[in-house]
Amino acid sequence: MNTPTPRAKRHAQTLWSWFWILAGVLYFVVPLIATFDFSLRAKKDVLTFLAYERIFTDAAFWRTFSFSLQMAFFAIVVSILLVVPTAYWIRLKLPRLRPMVEFVSMLPFVVPAIVLVFGLIRVFSGPPFRLTNTFAGTNVLLVAGYVVLALPYTYRAVDTGLGAIDVRTLTEAAQSLGAGWGTIMFKIIFPNLRVAILSGAFLTLATVIGEYTLATFIVGNKAFGPYMSLIGQNRTYESSSLAIISFLLTWAFMGLIQIFNRGRAEGHLAGAR
Amino acid sequence: MSSKPNAEIVQTKRDAPQARPAMARWRDWLGVTPFFLFTFLFIVLPSVYLLVGAFRDTRGQITLKNFVGLFAPEILSAYWVTIRISAVTALGGGLLGFMMAYAVTVGGLPRWVRTILLTFSGVAANFAGVPLAFAFIATLGRTGMVTVFLKTVLGLDLYDQGFSLYSFWGLSFTYLYFQFPLMVLTITPALDGLKREWREAAENLGASTFQYWTRVALPILMPPILGAMILLFGNSFGAYATALSLTGGFINLVTIVIGSQIKGDILYNPGLGYALAVGMVIVMATAMMIYFALRRRSERWLRQ
Repeated sequence: MNTPTPRAKRHAQTLWSWFWILAGVLYFVVPLIATFDFSLRAKKDVLTFLAYERIFTDAAFWRTFSFSLQMAFFAIVVSILLVVPTAYWIRLKLPRLRPMVEFVSMLPFVVPAIVLVFGLIRVFSGPPFRLTNTFAGTNVLLVAGYVVLALPYTYRAVDTGLGAIDVRTLTEAAQSLGAGWGTIMFKIIFPNLRVAILSGAFLTLATVIGEYTLATFIVGNKAFGPYMSLIGQNRTYESSSLAIISFLLTWAFMGLIQIFNRGRAEGHLAGAR
Repeated sequence: MSSKPNAEIVQTKRDAPQARPAMARWRDWLGVTPFFLFTFLFIVLPSVYLLVGAFRDTRGQITLKNFVGLFAPEILSAYWVTIRISAVTALGGGLLGFMMAYAVTVGGLPRWVRTILLTFSGVAANFAGVPLAFAFIATLGRTGMVTVFLKTVLGLDLYDQGFSLYSFWGLSFTYLYFQFPLMVLTITPALDGLKREWREAAENLGASTFQYWTRVALPILMPPILGAMILLFGNSFGAYATALSLTGGFINLVTIVIGSQIKGDILYNPGLGYALAVGMVIVMATAMMIYFALRRRSERWLRQ
């Protein structure tokens, strides 16, 4: 009795494992069910998609959503153009600088979004930049902020991707065939890094699309995050349907990353709590 | 830093003979200028601005008064609440996340459970901010599904018992939603690193499962577990959007106070606002330094 058979032991272990999985799944699923249920109750006593209809026919939804999509697009383009050549160059010519670039790319972890936006506004509202005086200026500032938020992930993804290819040989082969730096960058490095670039891009998209902290202080209600918050203040059922919509979006973006990475999940901190 | 001499050896070996050794040097630096310019403008400059501002009084004189001001009761309490909420959710999320990661790695569950769990965790770790607050209002708010269920079926009125979604514990439950998935994602690789041989060796020496875990596995896993929990701590510490949309700003967190300070000078002293922000950066920097130190330590045992 005191020494359980190996089989009984394994049995107990499996039960114990299922218990914790069940606990986690409940924590994960119950709020989703509750939110979905709530989003269907816009009419008394019947289940209806009315709340979704109202959101999808709201001009402000499409306006803010496409605005945030554009900001995300520019942030992705800028961060790729900034990070890929830098990481490539560091590996090729300045390997001694690598710890420093790595350190700098980690800095956004240390500066919470609220502190970042505080500093950005104070620096760029005054001379000589005065970015907050024009719409274009605030958009530039928001995109820059998003590039900063995404920097740790983008840099790590790209650097890991570069580690998997032989940068030096590829470069020398291209040069001996007469390729210039532009050709090397766009015809050799970028295509070889497409997995890293795509997963970085979708992670940026997932964090930026409903981002609230930077958006509310820099551009206000023009962006999707602040729009959701506004809906939450005065429309009960619509806010639940928005939560479901944005959950599905996150799901779609993360699913795409998993497909690119062939099922390898990565641990990360998103910047937009 | 230990990799430095190594990297140099590799470099001298692999470098093609340089045609123009000295000439290319300054041009090499040109290639990284955009990166450093960007990070200087949008990370360093804003941080330095806040840091310098924290040492100035309202008339621009250099002072330490702002940091003394951090010890005013209401500010100290903001830090205290933020730290407590971060610690509670790091511990709770860390425990739940660890047990789930344990279940799918060494716990003997089928492979597909692991795939699904990691995918779900990737999504949930990124599901935060405004929509997360909505989801928890629909779940644990006054008319939320779980609240109503507990009241009608079990006769337990959470809100009569002193619970409120818009208070410390409510916010903690909400944060847990993105905390435990992050724990799952960060600790799974460490659990994968536990070698089967260690367990077999322990069993051959007559150790029970309990002894194996307390004497072998947990001591090896301690640095990565602590490291991951510190990551979770930082994750909660900087959260703003979730707390704001859940409580409408009625909870006294450092991020909420900074948010109000950005909107208008509610502290009646810009320097104090900057000091508050600098205080956050110091806490985050300390957490991250401990995290990286622990990660280096854990790599010694758990290298695959």
